[in-house]
Amino acid sequence: MIFDEFSPSRTRRTLTAGGRTLRALGLDGPLTGVLAIIVCIGILVVYSASGQNWKMVEHHLVNIAIAVTAMLALAKVATPQYLRLFAPVAYAVGVLLLIVVDVTGHIGKGAQRWLDIGFMRFQPSEIMKLAVPMMCAWYMHERPLPPTLKDLAIMGIMIAIPTAMIVTQPDLGTALLIAASGLIVMLLAGLQIRIILISIPLLGGAAWAAWHVIHEYQRQRILTFLNPETDRLGAGYHIIQSQIAIGSGGVFGKGYMNGSQAQLEFLPERSTDFIFAVIGEEFGLLGQLLILSLYGAVIGRALYLAMQGQDTFARLTGGAIALSFFVYVFVNSGMVSGILPVVGVPLPMISYGGTSMVTLLAGFGILMSLHSHRKLIGS
Amino acid sequence: MVRRVRIKDHFGEQRIFSIRSIAAAVCVSVLLMTVASRLFYLQVLRHEYYAELSQGNRVRTDPIPPSRGLILDRHGVVLAENLPAFQLELIREQVGGAPEIDATLARLEAIGLLDAEDIAGIKRTIQSRHVYESVPIKLQLDDEEMARFAVHRHEFTGVDIRTRLSRHYPFGPLAVHALGYVAAISEQDLKHIDSAAYAGTTLIGKLGVEGAYESLLHGAPGYREVLVNAAGRPVERQGAYTPKLDIRQPVAGADLILSLDMRVQRVAEDALTGKRGAAIAIDPHNGDVIALASTPGFDPNAFARGLTTKQFGALQNDIDKPLINRALRGAYPPGSTVKPFFALAALKYAVMTAEQTLFCPGHFNLPGSSHKFRDWKPKGHGVVAMRHAIMQSCDVYFYTVANKLGIDRMHDFMSTFGFGEITGIDIPGEKAGLMPSTEWKRHAYKRAAEQVWFPGETISVGIGQGYMLATPMQLAHAVSGIASRGLIFKPRLVSAVRAAGSNTPTPRPVQPEPSLTEVSADQWGVIVDGMELATGPGGTAAAATAGSPYKIAGKTGSAQVFTIGQNEKYNEKQVSERLLDHALFISFAPADDPKLAVAVFVENGKHGGSTAAPIARKIFDAYLLPGKPPVAEPAPVLGKAL
Repeated sequence: MIFDEFSPSRTRRTLTAGGRTLRALGLDGPLTGVLAIIVCIGILVVYSASGQNWKMVEHHLVNIAIAVTAMLALAKVATPQYLRLFAPVAYAVGVLLLIVVDVTGHIGKGAQRWLDIGFMRFQPSEIMKLAVPMMCAWYMHERPLPPTLKDLAIMGIMIAIPTAMIVTQPDLGTALLIAASGLIVMLLAGLQIRIILISIPLLGGAAWAAWHVIHEYQRQRILTFLNPETDRLGAGYHIIQSQIAIGSGGVFGKGYMNGSQAQLEFLPERSTDFIFAVIGEEFGLLGQLLILSLYGAVIGRALYLAMQGQDTFARLTGGAIALSFFVYVFVNSGMVSGILPVVGVPLPMISYGGTSMVTLLAGFGILMSLHSHRKLIGS
Repeated sequence: MVRRVRIKDHFGEQRIFSIRSIAAAVCVSVLLMTVASRLFYLQVLRHEYYAELSQGNRVRTDPIPPSRGLILDRHGVVLAENLPAFQLELIREQVGGAPEIDATLARLEAIGLLDAEDIAGIKRTIQSRHVYESVPIKLQLDDEEMARFAVHRHEFTGVDIRTRLSRHYPFGPLAVHALGYVAAISEQDLKHIDSAAYAGTTLIGKLGVEGAYESLLHGAPGYREVLVNAAGRPVERQGAYTPKLDIRQPVAGADLILSLDMRVQRVAEDALTGKRGAAIAIDPHNGDVIALASTPGFDPNAFARGLTTKQFGALQNDIDKPLINRALRGAYPPGSTVKPFFALAALKYAVMTAEQTLFCPGHFNLPGSSHKFRDWKPKGHGVVAMRHAIMQSCDVYFYTVANKLGIDRMHDFMSTFGFGEITGIDIPGEKAGLMPSTEWKRHAYKRAAEQVWFPGETISVGIGQGYMLATPMQLAHAVSGIASRGLIFKPRLVSAVRAAGSNTPTPRPVQPEPSLTEVSADQWGVIVDGMELATGPGGTAAAATAGSPYKIAGKTGSAQVFTIGQNEKYNEKQVSERLLDHALFISFAPADDPKLAVAVFVENGKHGGSTAAPIARKIFDAYLLPGKPPVAEPAPVLGKAL
């Protein structure tokens, strides 16, 4: 029927049908919606930032497809019971793979982060981004909160093992992110304020000691970060070019595919780690604020879903996923805009590169699964 | 021991988590606001600063080299032009790193396209350029070299043959000492040129007209704004957008019209072939240099093509010194060619009259001295007056003249003809020669004993020996002054300049020098008579001038290379070839209405009359007679002449 196509009742039916579909898939509507918007913006920006390289966009789309599949599968299949069982397994497999990578890396004479599993390569350290917080949450699940000192020590070891292995790869950025995800679990579990207050001067003292222990070149790297102008063509180059890109974008930007810094390759790593600068150059302050707002919405919604969790594991895992996502956003936007040191962290859901996208969407899949399977636990 | 048992308090734990989450959300908000304010700082407060930096990043100004002015002879024959040449160029980023470049150059050497001793220099040049630049590694390939490269082309990534405008001299070595040449800009050149004006240019004029008129020939470079990426490589577009870029076309260099007549030049060089010498022909009415030859020469195309170290070494170490411009830089004793000038000095200073005679016994003694100044004719010339003294080149007559004039008057008089100072011809490198004087000797020597001028030294100068030195150019310039009867002009090679884009050349004004006014027409007549007699029957240059339809006035000369002891005889058969006397001849024709003055110098040529004068005769014939020999075909463009 021709009129049916435009009838308001049909529209309403379609919407409710959509909502029902989401629920059937175990997805959360608002979170899925915002994530979809961010991913779509990411596709457009990758096309511009890659220098209109259609091959890269195709590759990016394939990565998205894999990531979405992982998210859907986890959201539907991974019930909290399975997840709780799966957490130590994932952790153990992750540590094992890190050892494998370390060994093959030594055989292959060089830094080795990647594992080739035929159809794709992936980094075992990515597994740990989810496995470490889940392992900590799993550990705290049966124990009363807040954690005791013994609990903190055990979780500290759980965090330290993969972190140390990744530091030696060497991939300092990822190691810090994984350590952060574990610390987030500790904080959410109710880590006492006085322990935090005591550890601050301790960390400060450790930093002071470290400054005098580290090599001269490492000290130089830190100084360069603090004042990038001193090394324009060396270590400071990334930071300077990135700030030029953002600053020259102004409020409204130079226009899509029209950022000279990005298009003429002055901006290094323009479609991966520094893609936020491309957004700043081509879409200006407004574009970047929009992206930050979308991220804020994702984090807020994710935290909200985590707070509704019905047990410690669900809450801690959900909260860790939400706040780890924030850490990625903050570290990347901070380094690109020059308020944090340059560590290789991609911009979540936007940067070109498959592994990060898969991990992130898998994490949200877990989060949404924990949320959508609530009632089953209650019954 | 009582173990404290903690029980999970589900409600309390949920509260803890909620409080922590809300605290985290506050932290998240604060940190996101921090990033946002940083972005505000960059994009709003410092926007102009960063916008300027980004503009500076993306636009590079590339020079467009101007095309060099042409050089033409007085009849419009092209002597220097710009032709497309094939050169081997290398792009560093396409070849790879240092090991790949080394390997590539080694393979080019293996197939004979590069010389082993040049590779270090080529490598330096490659390293000094940007990675994306195409660097010439061998200029002007010939057909055979192109074919050889073509066979191996697939083995060389990043190396290819490119067409560029290069300097070409169609006549090869002909007139090279007048034209000069162009060669790659050296570090020395970079010290005194404006490097901005030479951006994009690889060749610069050296010596000759090419060197002297460099600023006119070079022109002014243009520029082109180029959109570049971070590697400095030019790109067409910036993303989806093509920006508007500025371009300014270069201004081509001016064309130079020379006074040279290539037909005369060719005759002069042909006549000098196989000899070491020089010949200069000057129009006495204005100082135009009609021919300027110095042999042996060299092919200037070889320099534009880029000489290998070995080739340059061969030229430099050649015993015949082909790189030396003998016409300007060869300072030799002028010998008897100075006699007409001293005769004129004797008349001017009234130390002798034209008709006054003296007896030549074959030698001359200073009063109170036993030292014999010998005449070239051992038996002597007998009774001679001025005209015949010039005709027969009587040494004793001019010993006497010198003795009467004294060295300082000789110096002053000869200076008006330009002896002892550069003629000021418009190409560089000229030597001043030496016209001695008592003052000169006082300054030339350190020790007081050596600073004294001895009377005997004056006598030698009377026949163009002793301290006196002159270049062939000075002799031509001076004899031109006799031909014009005292009207002296600065010699010049460039007679007109045609600015880029103009069809009409602008003549350069002739440059008169102080003329000899205190000499009467009669006095000029005496020495011109003497010089005419010298080319007539019984004269020293009679053989060379026989049968000419116009009259030549001339004076032969020969200059000792080898000092003969007192009482020794000079036996030319016993002296090695390079110690033989130099042969000289100065002349002008027609004698009654001079149109051309010619000086010829032949190193170790023995006699002016038999060696130098016939060369002058050919030059006069080429210039003065109808049916002049046609200009020969230009040498092939990519000839391998060296």
